[in-house]
Amino acid sequence: MGYTEEELAKDLENSEYKFGFTTNIESDRAPNGINEDIIRFISAKKEEPEWLLEYRLNAYKAWRQMTEPEWAHIHYEKPQFEDICYYAAPKQTKKYESWDDVDPEMKETMKKLGISMEEQKRLTGTAVDFVMDSVSVATSFKAKLKELGIIFCSFSEAVQEHPELVKKYMGSVVPSKDNFYAALNSAVFTDGSFCYIPKGVRCPMELSTYFRINEGGTGQFERTLVVADEGSYVSYLEGCTAPMRDENQLHAAVVELIALDNAEIKYSTVQNWYPGDKNGKGGVYNFVTKRGICEKNAKISWTQVETGSAVTWKYPSCILKGDNSVGEFYSVAVTNNFQQADTGTKMIHLGKNTKSTIISKGISAGQSHNSYRGLVQIHANADNARNFSQCDSLLMTDRSGAHTFPYIECKNNSAKIEHEATTSKIGEDQIFYCLQRGISEEKAISLIVNGYCKEVLNQLPMEFAVEAQKLLEISLENSVG
Amino acid sequence: MLTIKNLHASIDGQAILKGLNLEVKPGEVHAIMGPNGAGKSTLASVLAGKEEYEITGGEVDFDGKDLLELETEERAKEGLFLAFQYPVEIPGVSNINFLRTALNEIREYRGEEPIAAKDFMAMVREKSKLVELDAKLASRSVNEGFSGGEKKRNEIFQMAMLEPKLAILDETDSGLDIDALRIVAGGVNKLRNQNNAIIVITHYQRLLDYIIPDFVHVLADGKIVKTGPKELALELEEKGYDWINDNAQTV
Repeated sequence: MGYTEEELAKDLENSEYKFGFTTNIESDRAPNGINEDIIRFISAKKEEPEWLLEYRLNAYKAWRQMTEPEWAHIHYEKPQFEDICYYAAPKQTKKYESWDDVDPEMKETMKKLGISMEEQKRLTGTAVDFVMDSVSVATSFKAKLKELGIIFCSFSEAVQEHPELVKKYMGSVVPSKDNFYAALNSAVFTDGSFCYIPKGVRCPMELSTYFRINEGGTGQFERTLVVADEGSYVSYLEGCTAPMRDENQLHAAVVELIALDNAEIKYSTVQNWYPGDKNGKGGVYNFVTKRGICEKNAKISWTQVETGSAVTWKYPSCILKGDNSVGEFYSVAVTNNFQQADTGTKMIHLGKNTKSTIISKGISAGQSHNSYRGLVQIHANADNARNFSQCDSLLMTDRSGAHTFPYIECKNNSAKIEHEATTSKIGEDQIFYCLQRGISEEKAISLIVNGYCKEVLNQLPMEFAVEAQKLLEISLENSVG
Repeated sequence: MLTIKNLHASIDGQAILKGLNLEVKPGEVHAIMGPNGAGKSTLASVLAGKEEYEITGGEVDFDGKDLLELETEERAKEGLFLAFQYPVEIPGVSNINFLRTALNEIREYRGEEPIAAKDFMAMVREKSKLVELDAKLASRSVNEGFSGGEKKRNEIFQMAMLEPKLAILDETDSGLDIDALRIVAGGVNKLRNQNNAIIVITHYQRLLDYIIPDFVHVLADGKIVKTGPKELALELEEKGYDWINDNAQTV
């Protein structure tokens, strides 16, 4: 606040002088560290309008005043924000019109990551917007979506092509000063995805984005904005992988969902970022702010299957602002070895007859710690609000930990809130039963765990569910003890 | 098919099986009876390969292989099936998925291709009739919410699907009413043939009214103390296990 146009102009002037970024605009990589000049550099690189630069700088100022949150049940070495490179573009920044134009080497990398684009293409009606180190390199099915008036593009593109929509909705659910990591993201975000579904349109295909972290030492600060206009529907898939790496990498994304009257957004995530090795070395730090707002009769469903990252701090939430709106959260969080996860949701009931459902399944293996943290908040005007929460924990070993931190704040007597929680250890008798039928231990665990997670996996679109099952299998190899 | 010689086994340092001998040939049905704590269920668990039991002596040959050297799932793949006394529930895993996984693991072990979905479903329909198992139960989670009788029928249904060489029925009659008992026994009888063998472990004679054994063995204090034809079961029912104990002591 109190940042005037004059000051901004002055800052710009100074920075240009100091670092000469105007002449250096062809650079593919910003110097490490974070300051106003770096932010200007990013903004200039992206040819952003003034208001967006201002947005970034305001966020940065706020962030400088904030301290990293410590309330979560996780322990880690804090990232050195000065050692992070906040902008890196792949060497080849050309946009591709079709899959055939994509660099074969890039395709090979995708294959290694287990993201077969061919497979993705074959899967009926999946459009993929592939984000590689901050720059969107491939987009498909665009024409078909365009016919319906659906906008699905990279965030940068949206800023250029649809600034009025971005300006209107960006930061409306997750304000730039919301929390430490959201503020950081708001200051330095490089790219992400944008999606707008017009009034009354039902998006005929699953929209899907694969994120990955590519270059060493680059943090990734993605932003996703999904706007479902009145009476529309969209199912959005987000999948994440990262190659093996030694140093810790920071990922601080912001996802905002806006479901206007009678609209529905289904947002599914499969996340398998590098969790670090068996001794707890390396791995991705995943500090993400995800939140959606529901207007009248609107519905938002979050479904997530999380097996990756060394440290996870993530609470996809719903603000049930409109009457009769519905929020859902289905989550499977797996931790193994030394992974730590503190994840859950917030359901904020503001409107009347609002309903929320929380199904959380935690699985802890190795020496990992898995925490569910959830808030159900019923405001005074939220007559007849309903919530059902079920939080189950499955322990694979004696050394792992499961924790549940449910918070309930209720200011309306007509509310009905139910909370169920269970903790169990994977049954040796169940494994023996499987073995006796000729099923190997690995497959037995996979069967039992998939069965345990079924309510959540069932929420995923078919092809995603298959991938999620494979992930569960991989991340729990040799995990019983 | 199965030759057990001088088998000793213990749990937590306590000896349960103390020199057990048994010979089972293809096409035969053997009943093993005995009082509580004689070691009947231990025998079933040891043969199936439950880890808690320690083998302290003896040998077991299963179709030319050293059974005790095989892992639990290898024994199953070699054709040894245990119908559990207390079938285990696996929430969220459908019976069909469970069985298809098992069947394909066994087929893979034999070097066969996975079964086609269509053939598998036809097999499910055919075999579920054997034990009058409702087709709906086949798609429900393994044993979850099944009644006691349904669980036992499900065990025999699984046996029918996996077509083992040797099936061990561990107190399959316990907790069954007379109708369910008849259905379960009927299913087992239909599965009997010249190439497989069945060991029926039971407390009571009544199951043997339906599954007629070729041999009846009495297990007491970790050993087979008496072997006879099917009439031995009737005699036991009449005279009680004390008769055997007294007899055994005099032998």
